[in-house]
Amino acid sequence: MSREVTYLEAIREALAEEMRRDPKVFVLGEDVGAYGGAFGATQGLYEEFGEQRVLDTPISESAIVGISIGAALRGYRPVAEMQFADFISCAFDQIVNQAATLRYRYGGRASVPIVIRAPSGGNVGGGLYHSQNPEAWFVHRPGLKVVAPSTPFDAKGLLKAAIRDNDPVVYFEHKYLYRREKGPVPEGDEIVPIGVAAARREGDDITLLTYGAMVTPSLEAADRLAKDGVEVEVIDLRSLLPYDKDAIFASLEKTSRVLIVHEDVKTLGIGAELSAVIMEERFGALDAPVLRVTYPDTHCPFSHMLEQANLPNADTITDALRRLAAY
Amino acid sequence: MATIKRTKFKLLPGQLLEMFYWLKLIRAFDERLSILVRQGKVRSGVYTGIGQEAIIVGTAFGLRKEDYICPLHRDLGSFLMKGVEARVMMSQMFGKVTGLSKGRDSALHSGVNELGIFGNTSMLGSNLPVAAGLALTFRMEGTDNVVIAYFGEGASNTGDFHEALNFAGVHRLPVVFVCENNQYAYSVPVEKSMAIDDVADRAASYGFPGVAINGNDVLAVYQSTQGALARARAGEGPTLIECKTYRWHGHSEHDKAFYRTDEELAMWKSRDPIPTFTTYLKGLRVLTDENLREIEARVTKTIDDAVEFAVSAPDPMPDEAVRDLYTGDPEP
Repeated sequence: MSREVTYLEAIREALAEEMRRDPKVFVLGEDVGAYGGAFGATQGLYEEFGEQRVLDTPISESAIVGISIGAALRGYRPVAEMQFADFISCAFDQIVNQAATLRYRYGGRASVPIVIRAPSGGNVGGGLYHSQNPEAWFVHRPGLKVVAPSTPFDAKGLLKAAIRDNDPVVYFEHKYLYRREKGPVPEGDEIVPIGVAAARREGDDITLLTYGAMVTPSLEAADRLAKDGVEVEVIDLRSLLPYDKDAIFASLEKTSRVLIVHEDVKTLGIGAELSAVIMEERFGALDAPVLRVTYPDTHCPFSHMLEQANLPNADTITDALRRLAAY
Repeated sequence: MATIKRTKFKLLPGQLLEMFYWLKLIRAFDERLSILVRQGKVRSGVYTGIGQEAIIVGTAFGLRKEDYICPLHRDLGSFLMKGVEARVMMSQMFGKVTGLSKGRDSALHSGVNELGIFGNTSMLGSNLPVAAGLALTFRMEGTDNVVIAYFGEGASNTGDFHEALNFAGVHRLPVVFVCENNQYAYSVPVEKSMAIDDVADRAASYGFPGVAINGNDVLAVYQSTQGALARARAGEGPTLIECKTYRWHGHSEHDKAFYRTDEELAMWKSRDPIPTFTTYLKGLRVLTDENLREIEARVTKTIDDAVEFAVSAPDPMPDEAVRDLYTGDPEP
């Protein structure tokens, strides 16, 4: 049965259901216990599962991930919360050196089934250290999986998939979507497989690749283009590592034009890789250069004026789509 | 603050001889590796623990299979004590497919869950949070298994050290933190990296006892460890044991260690843990000329066999370079 819940409630449901299903699943992080998490993602878990499985930690991001790795080696499935994705840099070594390489250097004789939840993204007035989109750092590291849901349905289904996955998954949940995004979510088990994109809108003229909080403004821009008679296919990547190459290629074979939209900065962001792969492997299918609309190569400023100046929006996406259509 | 009870943990003659065997084997393993590097047969990444063997032997001796160790780079001998065959460990050093890593890395960078061995990265101290996580699961399960986590005095300056010991202290986890203070972090002497004399003093910040002991006395190390293990198994929390020692070789085999004096090295060589223990065992008449010869022959045979095995073992196939990144990857 499906009913409407918020993106944040969907995350909470996934955690609770997975903890009920598998006693090896536990959560840890700063303020995740009785307080219920800085954003409320773990609310009610402490009461239901107790302090052993809903573990408040000191401000020690590196240890939070290291402890998770240790527990995972003994068969547990820890879900570690980084209070803000911005703080994940404090745990960088444990993620990229310890977790990502472990199976490889163990000769395939061990796995690290951990999930690192990272509340990311701007448009919330968070300033430099509460707004970042650091997903590309982790996409650059073999051995990790990286996902970034945009809907409540995916937030729940991808988190379940991440918890059941045997490898380390960095799960980027966008803070702007927590309470603003509400949609149908099934009550039971509905797994959204990692590595599979979703077409949010079909179209034959331009392929728009995006994820996270950029899906909504992308759809808005696509609707504007439809009024000009240009049909944009909006593909929500959902998984960034691995990303759904088949879905991307299938769409561009149809449209011959690609726009990539992401909230992360431009240089060596996800768009750079997707653009390179498209040109390497499908150059002949293109009628126009692959374009990108991204955050400029700068930090996430606090002032509302400055932040809005940086964020891609329906207007900037529309402009880029029109340029592509005119090619 | 709690203190360690200096309980005397009795060892039978057979156990003493076994300890002696491990000391000799681990010394021989590292000495052979050092020669193999000079001969160009082992490529690199060799960080011997020659001179420090009493720490591994005294701490890892008598551990249960279920107990976990989180060794550091000079502790290859602890892999052997925990049940990895010398052939496998030597293969690991040769980068052969028969090594723990299948040639993907050498030395300590691989582990064995089934034997309770965690393999760390090169980021020293980053094994300590993992050790806390392993210990946390023992606590969750209500078992009395323990974790021994090793680190150098150099790694005690990292953030991971602080984060891990703090967490272990808060939750009174069953973990023994063993510091191998060999006086140098690569070339930097301890007085340039710490404003205190003893790493053991740092334990006070985390609410559990720390002791500084002679790390070249295998029995002293054993006694202190047994006290700490008893505390941990009884649910009384962690202990930090700082073992003062010295590495005879450079940081790695390519390091000539010009940063220290011949006199200093000679002084520490006079405290070689093996002759000290040999004299002790001979005095007890536990070690005789006969069983000494037998042990030495067994050590040589084990090392010769391991090298022969590793040399003749196959190199990995090139496609191994991109396998085992993810659990679902097809097996070669």
